[in-house]
Amino acid sequence: MNVLGLDIAHLLAGTLLLLTFVLLYQDRLPALINVYALHALTLALSVAWQALIQDAPHLYVTALIALGFKAVIIPVALRRIVERLDIHRGIETVVGIGPTMLVGIALVALSMVVMLRVTGDATPIAREDLAFALAVVLLGLLIMTTRRNAVGQVIGFMALENGLVLAATGAKGMPLVVEISVAFSILIAFIVIGIFLFRIRERFDTVDLRALDQFRGERR
Amino acid sequence: MNILSFGAEAVLLIPLCAAGVLAALPGYLGPARINVGASFLTLLAASSLLIEAHPAPGRYLLVDDLNVVFLALNAFVGFTTSVFSASYVGHEVETGRLTPAYLRFYHAMYQILMFAMNLALMANNIGIMWVAIEIATLTTVTMVGLYRTHEALEAAWKYFILASVGIALALFGTILVYVAAEPVIGEGLDSMIWTTLLGRSASFDPALLNVAFVFLFLGYGTKVGLAPLHAWLPDAHAEGPTPISAVLSGLLLNVCLYAILRFKMLMAANAAAVAPGPLMVTLGLLSLLFAAFMLYRRRDIKRMFAYSSIEHMGIITFAFGMGGPLANFAGLLHMAMHSLAKSGIFFAVGHIAQAKRTQRISEIGGLTETHPWLGWSLVLGVVAIAGLPPLGVFMSEFLVVTSTFARAPLLAVAFVAGLLIALGALFLRLNGIAFGAPRGSNAPVKASYAPVFAHLALVFVAGVYLPPPLVSWFQHVSRLLG
Repeated sequence: MNVLGLDIAHLLAGTLLLLTFVLLYQDRLPALINVYALHALTLALSVAWQALIQDAPHLYVTALIALGFKAVIIPVALRRIVERLDIHRGIETVVGIGPTMLVGIALVALSMVVMLRVTGDATPIAREDLAFALAVVLLGLLIMTTRRNAVGQVIGFMALENGLVLAATGAKGMPLVVEISVAFSILIAFIVIGIFLFRIRERFDTVDLRALDQFRGERR
Repeated sequence: MNILSFGAEAVLLIPLCAAGVLAALPGYLGPARINVGASFLTLLAASSLLIEAHPAPGRYLLVDDLNVVFLALNAFVGFTTSVFSASYVGHEVETGRLTPAYLRFYHAMYQILMFAMNLALMANNIGIMWVAIEIATLTTVTMVGLYRTHEALEAAWKYFILASVGIALALFGTILVYVAAEPVIGEGLDSMIWTTLLGRSASFDPALLNVAFVFLFLGYGTKVGLAPLHAWLPDAHAEGPTPISAVLSGLLLNVCLYAILRFKMLMAANAAAVAPGPLMVTLGLLSLLFAAFMLYRRRDIKRMFAYSSIEHMGIITFAFGMGGPLANFAGLLHMAMHSLAKSGIFFAVGHIAQAKRTQRISEIGGLTETHPWLGWSLVLGVVAIAGLPPLGVFMSEFLVVTSTFARAPLLAVAFVAGLLIALGALFLRLNGIAFGAPRGSNAPVKASYAPVFAHLALVFVAGVYLPPPLVSWFQHVSRLLG
């Protein structure tokens, strides 16, 4: 049971990382949203499995939040936003897919090297979850920095946040996990409502300096 | 939640209750007064904490030597800002920039922000501390976007995304601290209680603690506005209502820096962990130099003082990074002085922007002629923030420089260069704003001068004479910080 439990936890965390890579190379918003829903579903399964093997029933609440809020409500809301704002087209990325994937692989290698080296004393589950979680967090950051579209950035942020929940549930007996996942859900709800209310389509780009000076009121 | 002491509970409960009341009340004069009243009561409660003996730390809350003065400072600046806010908001309602519905929201959010900052300062649980800083971030995001202009929404969005990333990184760091503590202290809440962590930190896995600190430093450092992570700060300061700029610069940046200091103490208690000093010195110096150069190109008055805040946060981080009793003393003093001087400046700038109906430096001129009180208080404020003797900021900067010269002369040279470059930029701009031919409207404005002068007077007094109890307190805390 113990070995099997570890293997399944490992498998689910690995799937989460793999799906983060899939998010990294999506170039259309509807597809990106679908993959994110799958990402959240995997997280829900992984958290539920942790709840089972750690015998920590409160984690089921976190799993339910991940399932209901992140895998269903948010993707549906985002899909509506995409339709309303009419942004089906491809996502403008800052760098090409190829270099992004290479950077992604490097980030995963980095997180494995760092986390596996420093977590020698932790339990095996915490150890591997932390390594996977850091990789997901870093890839989430990469998604955020390579997208110019607000919806794309939000999905990057939510992937990052899923990585954090994975880390928090992997740390055995960590208190406040449920509270933290609720706090994050509120944060995400805020972001999504913000996009919808203010119709933020593009990230406010910092490449075009002229536009920047105008926005900042620094041009005469 | 177990009860610590009456004062400690009051510091949290007064703003929370006031927020509820203010959310329900229409109009602006009444709520603005209630806002002032509630802030004053919070100030009284926080002052009572200074006098009474510290209660034993609870599982969630704690009052100790490090946070008690920050609580008092927080309550004081919160109170003076609420006084300033009352007259500022009155003008905004008259000119129609704010509607009563937004105003109700604004006052409620102001009190929630005060609650969140006090909670972050008093938290004895690193999870609660994180949640409190998240609440503070969310409330400030909504307030930065209050004017609903394109620029304000852009600023709020940028702040939101960057601060969320920072907060996410800080949470990862918090989880790592728990993972490091769990084998030693055991599962559950105990492994997140700061006082317990500090006591047992020596036996934590140092490598894990190192990685945790990097995440916490970068995460909370984003909210402090340190150089490569500062992009949100100038926009958020420039586009939001000025009372919020004052509270952001004067208080929220300090609160986030305070969180970093708490974790730095954990690191210092573990002999095998790497010293966080060099990391803090590097980012601090980078922020100082970067902001000093950026100050020259500013054309928006609030944005200019926002860059000056980045500069000063750099100075403070640098001081704590150098460490040792003297530099820590200087860092603590500078935190207090900067928050008083900078919020004082923002009070003046808020009224100036209202009088001149613009924030552009090129359209503001000859203030000392058209609005002598506002003009001279801005001049005094800039003299204070630029660190000229005999004001308080000079004292703390001087202490940083002397302690650095003794240990790392080269760093001290770079540091002094940064200070001088920033000073030049500030005076260059000040010259155009305060003196010379009057430019822009010279309509009179109903301003409240008391908060500005109270702050500047305190900065002046601190430069000339620091009361012995305060000095001994600063020295005690400096030793705690290691």
